[in-house]
Amino acid sequence: MGRRTSVLSSWNSAGMGEFKVHRVRFFNYVPSGIRCVAYNNQSNRLAVSRTDGTVEIYNLSANYFQEKFFPGHESRATEALCWAKGQRLFSAGLNGEIIEYDLQALNIKYSMDAFGGPIWSMAASPSGSQLLVGCEDGSLKLFQINPDKIQFERNFDRQKSRILSLSWHPSGTHIAAGSIDCISVFDVKSGSAIHKMLVDRQYMGVSKRKCIIWGVAFLSDGTVISVDSAGKVQFWDSATGTLVKTHLVANADVQSIAVSDQEDSFVVGTAEGTVFHFQLVSVTSSSSEKQWVRTKPFQHHTHDVRTVAHSPTALISGGTDTHLVIRPLMEKVEVKNYDAALRKITFPHRRLISCSKKRQLLLFQFSHHLDLWRLGSTVATGKHGDTLPLSKDADHLLHLKTKGPENIICSCVSPCGSWIAYSTASRFFLCRLNYEHDNISLHRVSKMPAFLRSAVQILFSEDSTKLFVASNQGSLHIIRLLEGSFKHLHTFQAQSGTVESMCLLAVSPDGNWLAASGTSAGVHVYNVKHLKLHCTVPAYNFPVTALAIAPKTNNLVIAHSDQQIFEYSIPDKQYTEWSRTIQKQGFHYLWLQRDTPITHISFHPKRPMHILLHDAYMFCIIDKSLPLPNDKTLLYNPLPPTNESDVIRRRTAHAFKISKRYKPLLFMDLLDERTLVAVERPLDDIIAQLPPPIKKKKFGT
Amino acid sequence: MAALEEEFTLSAVPLGAGPDGLLGVEQCDKTDQFLITDSGRTVILYKVSDQKPLGSWSVKQGQVITCPAVCNFQTGEYIVVHDSKVLRLWTNEDVNLDKVFKATLSAEVYRILSIPGTEPLVLFKEGAVRGLEALLAEPQQKIETVISDEEVIRWTKFFMVFRHPALIFITEKHGNYFAYVQKFNSSVVSKYTLLLGQEEKSVIQSFTASLCRKFISLMSLSSDGCIYETLIPIHPSDPEKNQHQRVVRSVLLKTVVSGNARNALSVLDQDHVAVLGPPLPASKECLSIWNTKFQTLQISKELPQGTSGQLWYYGEHLFMLHGKILTVIPYKCEMSSLAGALGKLKHGQDPGTQTMPHFVNWQTSQGLGSQNSEPSKRILRRRKIEASVQPEVPASQQLLSNIKKDSEKHIEIELRKFLAIKRTPDFHTVIGDIVIGLLGRCKTEPSFYPRSSLMQLIQMHVLSYSLCPGLMEVALEKTDVQMLQLCLQQFPDIPEAVTCACLKMFLSIGDDSLQETDVNMESVSDYSDAVQEEKMEEQTGILQNGFNPEEDNCDNCDKELSEKPQNTIEETTSCPVIPKRAALLNAVLHSAYSETFLLPHLKDIPAQHITLFLQYLYFLYLKCSENATMTLPGIHPPTLNQIMDWICLLLDANFTVVVMIPEAKSLLLSLYKFVKSQICICSELNKIEVSFRELQKLNQEKNNRELYSIEVLELF
Repeated sequence: MGRRTSVLSSWNSAGMGEFKVHRVRFFNYVPSGIRCVAYNNQSNRLAVSRTDGTVEIYNLSANYFQEKFFPGHESRATEALCWAKGQRLFSAGLNGEIIEYDLQALNIKYSMDAFGGPIWSMAASPSGSQLLVGCEDGSLKLFQINPDKIQFERNFDRQKSRILSLSWHPSGTHIAAGSIDCISVFDVKSGSAIHKMLVDRQYMGVSKRKCIIWGVAFLSDGTVISVDSAGKVQFWDSATGTLVKTHLVANADVQSIAVSDQEDSFVVGTAEGTVFHFQLVSVTSSSSEKQWVRTKPFQHHTHDVRTVAHSPTALISGGTDTHLVIRPLMEKVEVKNYDAALRKITFPHRRLISCSKKRQLLLFQFSHHLDLWRLGSTVATGKHGDTLPLSKDADHLLHLKTKGPENIICSCVSPCGSWIAYSTASRFFLCRLNYEHDNISLHRVSKMPAFLRSAVQILFSEDSTKLFVASNQGSLHIIRLLEGSFKHLHTFQAQSGTVESMCLLAVSPDGNWLAASGTSAGVHVYNVKHLKLHCTVPAYNFPVTALAIAPKTNNLVIAHSDQQIFEYSIPDKQYTEWSRTIQKQGFHYLWLQRDTPITHISFHPKRPMHILLHDAYMFCIIDKSLPLPNDKTLLYNPLPPTNESDVIRRRTAHAFKISKRYKPLLFMDLLDERTLVAVERPLDDIIAQLPPPIKKKKFGT
Repeated sequence: MAALEEEFTLSAVPLGAGPDGLLGVEQCDKTDQFLITDSGRTVILYKVSDQKPLGSWSVKQGQVITCPAVCNFQTGEYIVVHDSKVLRLWTNEDVNLDKVFKATLSAEVYRILSIPGTEPLVLFKEGAVRGLEALLAEPQQKIETVISDEEVIRWTKFFMVFRHPALIFITEKHGNYFAYVQKFNSSVVSKYTLLLGQEEKSVIQSFTASLCRKFISLMSLSSDGCIYETLIPIHPSDPEKNQHQRVVRSVLLKTVVSGNARNALSVLDQDHVAVLGPPLPASKECLSIWNTKFQTLQISKELPQGTSGQLWYYGEHLFMLHGKILTVIPYKCEMSSLAGALGKLKHGQDPGTQTMPHFVNWQTSQGLGSQNSEPSKRILRRRKIEASVQPEVPASQQLLSNIKKDSEKHIEIELRKFLAIKRTPDFHTVIGDIVIGLLGRCKTEPSFYPRSSLMQLIQMHVLSYSLCPGLMEVALEKTDVQMLQLCLQQFPDIPEAVTCACLKMFLSIGDDSLQETDVNMESVSDYSDAVQEEKMEEQTGILQNGFNPEEDNCDNCDKELSEKPQNTIEETTSCPVIPKRAALLNAVLHSAYSETFLLPHLKDIPAQHITLFLQYLYFLYLKCSENATMTLPGIHPPTLNQIMDWICLLLDANFTVVVMIPEAKSLLLSLYKFVKSQICICSELNKIEVSFRELQKLNQEKNNRELYSIEVLELF
């Protein structure tokens, strides 16, 4: 490292020091656009489906953490998503199948063809016992939801064109179905259409070819609200089949609608990226007569808002620009705390990147391929803020494409860089890499054992001799890796009675301990030597977002979605003193107010007191030897040291050393004592890869 | 605002309506379905939204239906009485009325009354009332006589009062009217005598009633054309002595119809009544909706083919016979809002300048409504003690009678005295009555024009156009521009036609006659003499918003325009009208209007006046552009929006005319130039926007190149 003044070097020897940072921006990741969101009031969870068929579950009570996900599939374009029977999740899509998801085992329970062509819409009955789908051929099919499966019950009267939207009357007796140019109201008992309401194709005086009813909502007073491709929000009287009121809200399609449970407010999303809030307000202050009024417009999206949801306290929207936006309704938020802030979730709350420290490799996971890069190098040195000249640029070593339509669930490159393992929903792949000078050869290890079909998480031991695989049935497999082959060592079966998948794994650097965590139960620690369960860290209210075991001390560091961090000594089977201290004192309020979860934890090989962790907007080194900050101290101090004396700096120094230089930060790890790698994904780069938004003229009419 | 929608007929075929019209229109247990009973033998069930009959039943030849069919809301059956004593019950499935359940009663039935939520009642002609179930259990039971001989039931209505059914019926005997109220939780009949007040001779033509807290508000339409209201307590204060209670009636609305026969009245809601009848003796029959709170006519619809003088109101539909055809007029009364009532709001009002409300204060008006019941109750009690005492003649009555005969001077003194008295909640209606009284005399006596009194009344800030409809017409007739200006400033609800008539007059009146008048000049500042040369330079700059047409090479017509820009400016720099006219025109600019109604009237203004007005507006616009805030000097000047709206309106209405006038050419050219420069600016802005976006893209690409770097980071 470069020469420094004596003051600085003395500080650095005690402090964090200086790092060379490989700032990587070539991870070409673009999240898929959001197609549907479905809010479950009972569990306060949000299901989100994306255009690649991925379904994600967000726990709104746990700081909006994305706690589960189901990998996508090329042929499974999800068009509708709904919760039924309490907490059962169904989706339907253009392949004509209805799918139920197993939220425990994180796989697809079953899929069933509705035999009506592509499915465009689906809605669960208010009681949750029936499921109705609207198909391409204009048919509406009613399914009975049985405890283990769904069963076709009957067809409704077939309509002329595809059914694009559906809504049940809260009493369950009637259904509104939006099609092309018309809305039909069905009687559920007879299955026949009792009203057909024709929607005006005219759009600001110009007749469009077709008017597509993108969304309908049936209110308990019999009002049907429709949103359509002509930019209209219309209120219909379902008893008479007449139009009551029209709001022209956009120059483009209005694509989605969601009504609150109290039916006093609803939200619509337009193709211009605007979300409008409508509220039922009294016409005058004294009268009881109420009227729907367009109250608030929100412009948090740049592209089509394909879907909206209305939780009791927030408006949720998502669309082509891939952001999930949660906009709390200020009047519904009782405490003006950080929950009342707008949330914009863009990146997955899991790691898509793994790193081989030895060979300085980065493995990037995409939905259908993996990219392996070798980092460059430099011989130059510099001071804080310098960009060093490269003596060798980064190399793209490998582009590994998966076969088949399934998305990759997880992937990992071994620390030695000789192995790559990845898994889709039905197959597990293990590859051996050979490096001969500049040439790389890849050999797939064939004949994977039958039990290794699908993995939720993969991890290599530090010495790359063992492979740990968390399968989606809750079991953990340990495999010994030999040169070009493997041997199954052991399988830890799931705790009796649970099938919860382990989403996160961590292994101690000495290879003796394996920690595994699911979404709700505590963290299990296994003794790899003796192949038995060592202990279980008590379950905490909030899901685990990252896990790691420190070298030498074998302290397990656990980050939770509420931004709490625990340190648990595996040998002692108890929380460490430092963990108790920080729990007693509490974290700095600004630390707790961060809105992205910690996704990766690592350690400095030479400094046992340091913990490195990062979320999407900051990276932090916790120095356990320094005093903890209280709410009065400045948590984030980006200023470089001036000529202040070392003493003052020491006095104000606290344990949390934060850098916000790299963002959005998808991955950060320590390559060696003095080198970091940071993978950034600038939002502008993502936007540049999206289709252009609808252009709105700023000037003139 | 109350609104009548497009009418529709229920049947193309004329019903068998006799000379007295239909027997009745009654609600059904299903919404939107109504039972129509004609005066012959037929009952028809209609679905109103479909305009289709769902069923039709007739009694045998020789039998006559004597009481309109009703629906039993508890069982869904229909009930009708034919030949006064025979009760028939049937359902939708029955086809032949002859074969359905029949019960012959021992007395003649006046009416069967049925409302949702309770059992139907049968009211006999002798005044006795029975529940239907009890009657059907024993059809031949003896029916007692309640009312006296020669007393005839005229009208009846059935209410639910706090979940208890209550019945009111009105009887008549030798021109005296009696109200009977029977409640079924106490089975007590209370009898009231309706005192008709001064108008003893009038005959009551129609009744309607609604519940108003603890009272039944009985409204009656008398042959003098006025609507009276009588409050009848539901719970008599002293049930023991209920035999000789008397109730008085008070005038609710004056002369809403001419006193012919066949007028009908129906209460629509708390504040609105529907009246059927000719508004003037000679005119055709009209359906009018009146707001009783503001004493205003809300809407009126002419029914040229005449009606049977019957009117039914259910839900949102008004039913009547128009000619021989049953017609339904949907009625809607949205909650009135001040903005809705005023149309386009007046602009540019400083909150401090005028403290008096322009329009009726709703709070006090509501207060009036609640206080209304108080005095009448008191009167009621006083009447019990000594019914013969005449109420004191109010001061306003006194003044009104003075108006009819006194001289202008004397009236003015009287008026001043009257206005000095403390204001009552109904002050605005009283003022309105006084103005109407004055105007009435103006019409009969051409020489009578109490100008100062009228001015004084207008300045009370309580009048609106609808309270004194004739006032502005009279002022227009007398060419009283000062009064018109005052009206324009004060009234929030001037019809567009009148506004336009004022405008016409203001533009056409001669300068010398204007000089004599005393016009309020506060909206005009003396911009005529404040023209300075150096300001003019700025003006052209602002006019074109920094865009210089000479430099613009994309348009060729500009050459022609730029030939004489100096002339254009020369023309527009001095005010084209004298300050007094400017003040009058400003009053027009300030007045509220709705474009659709104003446009047709603007077309009637002569071309040279249009040009003059346009010149004036353009001058104002230039004056506006002189300063950064785009406002005019003065206390209450027209705003830029008002000016621009009027320019657009005038051009819209008279474009073809204006184009042909040589004097208007330069004006049009400068306007055209202005608009074009605006368009150019917008297109330039759009170009800049696109350029910026391209720059941003380039910038992004530059960033993209830095996909990988190694940096030095030090953590502090």
